[in-house]
Amino acid sequence: MGRYVIRRLLQMVPVFIGTTLLIFVMVYGLGDPVAAMFGDRTPDPATAAQIRHDLHLNDPLIQQYWIYMSGIFHGDFGKASTGQPVSELLKSAYPVTLKLTIVAFVIEAVIGVALGLFAGMRRGRFLDTGVLAITLLVVSIPTFVTGYVLQYLVGVKWGIVKPSVGDGAPFNQLIMPGLVLAGVSLAYVARLTRTSVAENSRADYLRTAVAKGLPRRRVITNHMLRNSLIPVVTFLGTDIGNLMAGALVTERIFNIHGVGYQVYQGIVHNNPPTVVGFVTVLVIVFLVANLLVDLLYAVLDPRIRYA
Amino acid sequence: MTVIDDVSNVPAPDAALAPLLEVRDLHVEFHTRDGIAKAVNGVNYSVSAGETLAVLGESGSGKSVSAQAVMGILDMPPARIPKGEIFFQGRDMLKMSGEERRKIRGRKIAMIFQDALSSLNPVLSVGYQLGEMYRVHQGLSRKAAKAKSIELMDRVRIPAARERVNDYPHQFSGGMRQRIMIAMALALEPELIIADEPTTALDVTVQAQVMELLAELQREYNMGLILITHDLGVVADVADKIAVMYAGRIVEDAPVHDIYARPAHPYTKGLLQSIPRLDQKGQELYAIKGLPPNLTRIPAGCAFNPRCPMAQDICRTDVPPLHPVGTARGSACHFWKETLGD
Repeated sequence: MGRYVIRRLLQMVPVFIGTTLLIFVMVYGLGDPVAAMFGDRTPDPATAAQIRHDLHLNDPLIQQYWIYMSGIFHGDFGKASTGQPVSELLKSAYPVTLKLTIVAFVIEAVIGVALGLFAGMRRGRFLDTGVLAITLLVVSIPTFVTGYVLQYLVGVKWGIVKPSVGDGAPFNQLIMPGLVLAGVSLAYVARLTRTSVAENSRADYLRTAVAKGLPRRRVITNHMLRNSLIPVVTFLGTDIGNLMAGALVTERIFNIHGVGYQVYQGIVHNNPPTVVGFVTVLVIVFLVANLLVDLLYAVLDPRIRYA
Repeated sequence: MTVIDDVSNVPAPDAALAPLLEVRDLHVEFHTRDGIAKAVNGVNYSVSAGETLAVLGESGSGKSVSAQAVMGILDMPPARIPKGEIFFQGRDMLKMSGEERRKIRGRKIAMIFQDALSSLNPVLSVGYQLGEMYRVHQGLSRKAAKAKSIELMDRVRIPAARERVNDYPHQFSGGMRQRIMIAMALALEPELIIADEPTTALDVTVQAQVMELLAELQREYNMGLILITHDLGVVADVADKIAVMYAGRIVEDAPVHDIYARPAHPYTKGLLQSIPRLDQKGQELYAIKGLPPNLTRIPAGCAFNPRCPMAQDICRTDVPPLHPVGTARGSACHFWKETLGD
C-alpha cells in the first residue's frame, strides 16, 4: 500500500508540469498581455518596453514559466491588472466555489446513487424506465438552459428562492445553483449506479450471500452495494474537479463571485496572471481529487491493492 | 406419529423413518421472451442423513435448477414453481414464509457452488465471509466469529489459517478457495449439503482432494449430501445412489453400483459408453448423437426419443413412467428390459 501511494504521488509530478505548461503557453504565448493592458490606446513604446522587462516578457517562454512556477511555490501568483495580488483573489474566490461544489457534490452523490440503486434493482419496471428517461433528458439539456429556466421559474416567477446569490454565498442560497451544477453529473451517477447494480445483482457471489441465509438488507448493503459502488466512487472523485470547472457557467447565472467569475473576468480582460493562477490551483484540485479516488479505490477493492 | 408444530403441514410422515429431504413431483419453469422454458418437469428424489445422492445430467437437464429450488434461491420471477412439494424434516418448504426459509438456508441446508472465485465476494476477506455465518445466525461478536472462522479453516485443512484469515479470495489457489466454500457451507453444521459441481473448476488432482475432504466431513457430521455433477468419474467413489436427469425429468434412479454394471435407460448407457477408456485407445470415442432439447419445445413422448437408438413409435407419443426395476431402482424407458438385457 505504501509503495502504491508513493508511485501515485510521483505520477502526479509530470502531469502537473505538463498541464500547467500547456496553460501557460496558451495564455502567454498567444496574445500580447501588454497590449491588453492598454485596451484601445496605443501604449508609449518606452513604458511598454519597461513593463515587458518587469514582467520578464522578453525572456524565452520556458524561462518565464520557470520564474512563474518558482513564484507559486513561494505563494506569489503575480498581480492582476487591477494591481491586486492574484493570491488574494484566490483566497476570496475559492472558498465560495468550494461551498458550491460541496452542495452540488452532496446532491449528486446522494440523489444519484439512490436513484441508480432503486432503478437497478427494478430493472425494466416503471421506476427504472422513468429514471432512464429523465436522466437522458437532463443530460441532453445544457447547464445554462436549466440554470436560466430554474432561475426564472423558481426564483423570479414563483419567488420561492432568491434568484441570485448574495455576499458570502450562504449554504441555503446555494441549493438551487448546486442543483443546476450537479444536474448532468447526477444523471451520469444515476445511470452508472443503475448499470453497476444491475450487473452485480446477477453475480454469483450474491447468490452465495442469499444461500448463506443472510437477510435481504444485509445482502444488499454488505455484498451488493459495496461492489456496485466501486465504479461510481471513481466517477464521483474525478467529478469534483469537473464540478469546480463547471461552476464557471453556474456562477455567472446566479451571480456568485467564485472561481468561475474570476476566471471569466481574467479571460475577458486578457489578464494572464489571474487565468494561469486560478487554473493552476484547479489543476492541483484535480490531481488531489484523483489521488484520493485511487486511494479510496484501493480501499474498496482489495484486488487493486496488491496489483 | 410425531407432533409437528405447523398446521400447513400435509401428511406428516413418520419422522424417524422419513428421509431428511424429499422432493415430490417438482416442476420449475422460467417465463422468458421466447416462451415458457420447462426446466424441471416432475422430479422426485429423497436423501437421508448420512446418505449421498448424486444428480447426474448435462447442462440444461434441470439438475442445478431443482437444487436451487430446494435451496430457495431461484429468482422468482422469472422462475416459477407451479407444482410440487419439497419436504425437509417433514415440512413442506414451499409453504413456508420467506423468513422461515431464510433461517433454514445456511443453518440447516447449505450449498457449495461451482466456481469459488466468482462465488465468493471479491472485496471481502474470507474471514469476514466465513464469520458472517456466525454473526448473522448465532449473533456472535466480530471477534468470536473470527476465532470460529480460523477453526473452520483449520478443519478444511487450509495451511496457516491464522495468518490467512484476513486474506481475500483472489489470494488463494483454486483448491483452497473451494475449501473455503466448503468451510462456509459447513460452518453451522447443517443437516444437508447441496454441492453443485464442486470440483468442475479444479484440476484433477485437486478434484480428488476436495471430494475426499467433502466425503470425510460428511461421514463425520452424518450429513445428507446432494452432489450435482456431470462427471461420472466423480460420482462412482462417493455416491450411494444416482439420479440421472434429462430434460427436467429423472430418467433413471438407482444405487450406484447397479447403474455402472447394468444401466436400465439408453441415455445412461450412452453416458457410460462415452467415458474414454484405456482399453479403447486408438478407437473412436462413442458420443450420444444430437443435442439436448430446447426447454421451450420439449419433444412429445419421451424427451430423449430423437437421440435414442432404441426409439419406437410409442416413444414419440407416450411419456414413459418410472418403471420399477427390481428394488430401489427405476427407469423411465418403455424398453427398460431390453436395455438391461442386451
